Amino acid sequence: MIAALAAESLRGLRANRLRTALTMLGIIIGVAAVIVMLAVGQGAQSMVSSAIASMGSNLLVILSGASTSGGTRMGFGTIPTLTGADAEAIGELPSVAAAAPTVIEAAQMVSGPNNWSASVTGTTPEFLTIRAWQLAEGVPFTEVDVRSASRVALLGLTAATNLFGPASPVGKTIRIKNVPFTVIGLLAPKGQSLDGRDQDDTAVIPLTTAQRKLFGNRFPGTVRFIIAQAKSEDAMVRAEREINELLRQRHRIREGQEDDFTVRNLTALAETAAASTRIMSIMLGSIASVSLLVGGIGIMNIMLVSVTERTREIGIRVAVGARRRDILWQFLLEALFISLAGSLIGVGLGIGVTHALAAALGMPTVITPWSIGLSFAVAAAVGIFFGFYPARKAADLNPIEALRYQ
Amino acid sequence: MDDLIRLVGVTKAYPVGDAPPVPVLHGVDLRIAAGDFVAIMGASGSGKSTLMNILGCLDTPSSGDYVLEGRNIAELDVDELAAVRLRLLGFVFQSFNLLPRIDVLDNVALPLLYAGVPRRERHRRAEQLLGRVGLQGYGARRPNQLSGGQQQRVAIARALINQPRLLLADEPTGNLDSETSVDVMRLFGTLNTEDGITLIIVTHEADIAAYARRRIRFRDGRIVEDTATEPLA
Repeated sequence: MIAALAAESLRGLRANRLRTALTMLGIIIGVAAVIVMLAVGQGAQSMVSSAIASMGSNLLVILSGASTSGGTRMGFGTIPTLTGADAEAIGELPSVAAAAPTVIEAAQMVSGPNNWSASVTGTTPEFLTIRAWQLAEGVPFTEVDVRSASRVALLGLTAATNLFGPASPVGKTIRIKNVPFTVIGLLAPKGQSLDGRDQDDTAVIPLTTAQRKLFGNRFPGTVRFIIAQAKSEDAMVRAEREINELLRQRHRIREGQEDDFTVRNLTALAETAAASTRIMSIMLGSIASVSLLVGGIGIMNIMLVSVTERTREIGIRVAVGARRRDILWQFLLEALFISLAGSLIGVGLGIGVTHALAAALGMPTVITPWSIGLSFAVAAAVGIFFGFYPARKAADLNPIEALRYQ
Repeated sequence: MDDLIRLVGVTKAYPVGDAPPVPVLHGVDLRIAAGDFVAIMGASGSGKSTLMNILGCLDTPSSGDYVLEGRNIAELDVDELAAVRLRLLGFVFQSFNLLPRIDVLDNVALPLLYAGVPRRERHRRAEQLLGRVGLQGYGARRPNQLSGGQQQRVAIARALINQPRLLLADEPTGNLDSETSVDVMRLFGTLNTEDGITLIIVTHEADIAAYARRRIRFRDGRIVEDTATEPLA
C-alpha cells in the first residue's frame, strides 16, 4: 500500500518537474553547506590537534623573569636568570621526565651558492625527546657534543630544502654566521605550530656551541628558556610546583620576594586552542544548519501551494475511497522524496565543493561519515517535519468542498 | 425486493456564520430497492445535491438515519465512510472529474489503488472496463485528449472498477451534447438491467429522467413527487 502511494507521490513530483527541482534546490544547498562547513571545521580541528601532537606532550616552559629599570618593567627574558645548571636540576626532579635548556636566535646560514635565514636552536639531546622529534636521516648529537661544543647541526626540512634543494644535507657543511657546521641529521617534518610558525624552518645545534661560538651573550651560561616534560598528565601540577620551589631555592629568592622566572603550562594552552577551533566548527555547522532550515520552510511553502492547487484532485481521490491516511501519506512522501533526493544531491555537491576548496585555497578539510550521516538525517527530519502540516491539511479537506473547488 | 437504501427522517442543516444553521433537507423518508434506477429531479437549491452527498457517504445527516445495505451510515467515522465508498459506491460527476496529469488507464484504476490491489491487476481490470465502455485502446491517452462523451465514459469505467452495488451520477449529461447524452444514458441502462447495479441519477432534464424507472421530484428540501415509470430502452 505504501509502495503504491509512493508511486503516486513520485508521479505527482514528476508532473511538476521545475517546481520539484526548485524546491529540492533549497535542501541541496542546505545539505551541501552543512557538509562543507563541517569539513572546514573538522579540517581546522585536525590541524590543531596535529599541531598539538607535534609539540610534544605534558610540556612546561620555564621563562626567565623580567628586569626592572628605573620603574619600567621589561618583558620576560630581559634578565636571563636561568642557566644550564638550572635545567639539569629540573631534569632530576621526581615528577619531571626531562628538561632541556634552550637558546634560540635567528641566524643566516650559507651552503655554497645558497643562503637562508632561519631560527637556530641551541639545546641538549633531551630537547628532541621532549618534543617527540624524530630524525628522518642521520644521527642526533650527544652529551659529548654538548660538552665539547662541537660544530654539528640537525637541519629541519624547510631549512634543508632551501639550502640543498631535494638533495640530502647529511654529511654536508653549512656556515651559520660564518661558523662552519657539519650537518649530521635531518629532522622529520613537524609542520605548523599552533601560532602558525613553520617548525621545520630551523637548525638545532648543541647548547654550548650556540652559547660560545655563535651568539655573544652579556650573561655567559644563561639560557632563554627551559622546556621540561612532566612524567604524566597527572604530574603536571606537581611538576609545576616542584620547579617553582627548586628555582626559588636555587636563585635564593626570599619569602615574599617576587619570582625571577615564570612556569607556563603549554598543554593548557593547547587545550584552549583546541576548544576554540571546536567552537568555530560548531558555529560554522550551526550557520549552515540555518540554510537547511530555510530549505525545509521552502518545502512547506511549496507543499502548501501544491495542496491548494490540487484540492480537486484530493476531492476526487477521497470520493473514490481514499482514506485520510492515504492522502496524508501521499503528500508526506512527496515532501520526503524531495528532501531525500535533495540531500543525496547535496551530499554529492558538498563533497565536490569541499574538494574544490581544498584544492583551490589549500584549506585543510576533513569529510567524516558522521557529518554526511548527520546532514542526511537532519534533511529527512526537515522533510517530514515541514511536510506534515501541508499533508495533514490535504487529508483534512472536506471532500464535498474539494470536489466543488475550481 | 430488498431495500438497498433506507432514509428515515433525514435532515441536513449547514451552519452560516453565527446565525442558526440553515436547513436544506427537512426530514426526507426514502426507500430504494436494490436494482432500481431512480432519477432525482428538482431546481437548483432544492436539496437534491445535498441528498446525493449523503447518499454517496461524502456527508452525514444532521439527524435521522441512513441505512445502506443494512448499516447505519450516520454512525460511521470518516475512514469507515471511505471504506463504504470504496466497496459499495461509484460516482459519476457532471464535470467528469478525471485527474488531468495521469493517463486514462490509471484514472480508471484509481479506486483499486486504495483497495490495495497490485498494479498489474489494477491495469488488467482497467483495460477490461475500458473495453466495456467502448474505449478499448485509449488507455495511454490523457483525459484532455478525449471528447466530453469519451471522458464521461472513462469516468463511468472508473466508477465501475470496484464492482459497486450503487452508482451515483450527478448531472452526468450536463456537459454533453444530446447525441452523446443518449449514448451515456443507454450505457447506464445496460448497467442497470444487465449488471443489476442500482442507479441514482440527479438531473433536471425530463428526457434524461425518462431513462429511469422511478422519478423523484424535490422542492425546498422535501420530496414532492415519487412516481414509477416505464423506462426508455
